[in-house]
Amino acid sequence: MATLEIRDLHVSVEADNSTKEILKGVDLTVKQGETHAIMGPNGSGKSTLAYSIAGHPKYTITSGTVTLDGEDVLEMSVDERARAGMFLAMQYPVEVPGVSVSNFLRTSATAIRGEAPKLRTWVKEVKSAMEQLQMDPAFAERNVNEGFSGGEKKRHEILQLELLQPKIAILDETDSGLDVDALRQVSEGVNRVHASGEVGTLLITHYTRILRYIKPDFVHVFAKGKIVASGGPELADKLEAEGYEEYTKGGVTA
Amino acid sequence: MAEAQNIPVGSTTAGTIAVAADSTVATRMSAPPSFDVADFPVPHGREEEWRFTPLERLRGLHDGTAEAGGVLTVEVTAPEGVTVETVDRTDARLGRAGTPVDRVAAQAYSSFEKASVVSVPKEAVLTEPIRIAVHGEGGTAYGHQVVELGAFAEAVVVIDHTGDAVLAANVDFVVGDGAKLTVVSVQDWDDTAVHVSQHNARIGRDASFKSVVVTFGGDLVRLNPQVQYAGTGGEAELFGLYFTDAGQHQEHRLLVDHNTPHCKSNVAYKGALQGDGAHAVWIGDVLIQAAAEGTDTYEMNRNLVLTDGARVDSVPNLEIETGEIAGAGHASATGRFDDEQLFYLMSRGIRAEEARRLVVRGFFAELVQQIGLPDVEERLLAKIDAELEASV
Repeated sequence: MATLEIRDLHVSVEADNSTKEILKGVDLTVKQGETHAIMGPNGSGKSTLAYSIAGHPKYTITSGTVTLDGEDVLEMSVDERARAGMFLAMQYPVEVPGVSVSNFLRTSATAIRGEAPKLRTWVKEVKSAMEQLQMDPAFAERNVNEGFSGGEKKRHEILQLELLQPKIAILDETDSGLDVDALRQVSEGVNRVHASGEVGTLLITHYTRILRYIKPDFVHVFAKGKIVASGGPELADKLEAEGYEEYTKGGVTA
Repeated sequence: MAEAQNIPVGSTTAGTIAVAADSTVATRMSAPPSFDVADFPVPHGREEEWRFTPLERLRGLHDGTAEAGGVLTVEVTAPEGVTVETVDRTDARLGRAGTPVDRVAAQAYSSFEKASVVSVPKEAVLTEPIRIAVHGEGGTAYGHQVVELGAFAEAVVVIDHTGDAVLAANVDFVVGDGAKLTVVSVQDWDDTAVHVSQHNARIGRDASFKSVVVTFGGDLVRLNPQVQYAGTGGEAELFGLYFTDAGQHQEHRLLVDHNTPHCKSNVAYKGALQGDGAHAVWIGDVLIQAAAEGTDTYEMNRNLVLTDGARVDSVPNLEIETGEIAGAGHASATGRFDDEQLFYLMSRGIRAEEARRLVVRGFFAELVQQIGLPDVEERLLAKIDAELEASV
């Protein structure tokens, strides 16, 4: 069973000629089949955690480890991490001019699966995944994220999640900027992937709204660069009622 | 007369806007068109038409010091029914499609010794392309070529430039009434070559001319495609792709002169650049003269900058002297392939070099697919792939 283990992860960024530590010792274990929600206020470092695990060059790991089934993820290049089974659904997916969605999907599926998917089954696979996400077939011929609405971008991220079938999926604020219909469709996509039992999900969110559609097994509160509380779904209810104030006041010891 | 409009737009990777001078297409040139090199002063580099070109790399083509003496072969392969001739300077068929607009073109016209004339008789519809292989073995050469199509003839001409040369030339395309000519000019030179050429198209009544310019090689390539119309109903499509590598200067300067009513033109050039000192220049001039009512024109230039250290100057320029037109527009944009795109593609398992190739190939494919000749499209995509394999 695939397991992502994050141990005492410290991450900093360079900003204005100074180094700023953003993650201050994150510990987390995500197993295949589990859904973990990471909730926290803006600026707490949630997205930094997501991008650091995916290998974004902006972030420097100063100490700690990230392993996938014992393999050192931090030693891998960005594309190697993806091929090892990691997936990051981004909060702000990037426009790639000149590359159509269909070409992009096929190229990434080929890279992840290690061989080009058979054309006939692939076309069906993409078509049905798009239908389930209520995406217009014409979407496949548009350039990646170019001119996409916020909802289209997030659907496109989840479409990739469904097609690439990672072992560990990190969803970075996939719910932000979505209307209720889009939120529901996107959540259904996440749930379909989860139902396979093959994926461990790390759901990063600011709001509890998405948890009406996606049921986490574990909820973690993220504040000031680390996990400050962990519990079951009831913790989300508490956050819904009380907010993050308890965790962001000075009282939390580092 | 409607007021002339001048709408310059431009972009460079340095983030500044390159803007054409406030003068008109005609008057901002340092001298009017002429066949005689003596009518052009030796450029010093600050002239509007020379300001982007590194004169020191022209190997004397611009100042009269480049003496012919190089080895350049021109091999024409044509299907039956096509006449291929080598003629003297005095042949009356030369110089009918346009007049040199700058000193190097005039130098070429003043210096060539023999010209080749390829004629497709009227109403002949060729099923095979005419191939013109221009190959240099080093040294300076001046050339002149003419391709003429009689009325209602149809032909595809593929001109390949390979090897090493310092070449200045004029190429005339005389398209008869109702004729259809497609020209594919591939600049696949060695990295040492210098190639400056003016393409003149004179488009007959209801005729169509399609030009596909593909520039990959050379140390310095500077092409001036020029279009004028000999009658109403003419159509010009000018497509171009260039892949500018480190140290290369590739410059395409187009002028579509709408001098006749009810003609169309569509210009689309796309370029990718990578490496230190890669410099691409695109000048798109469209002039709609007062008489050219019913004109429909659009011009577009897109550039994709793959690395730091490359520079693009893109200057579309539209001048409209009549309000009675069907349409006129232009667009220019220069974008980068940046680290975030690379991260995004790699985060989907795609290797860095493949990510770059994917982006560049897609960028060009969009244009290639508009050419409308499957065998030419295939060949170009294969060429682009080979270029990408070798360099990205």
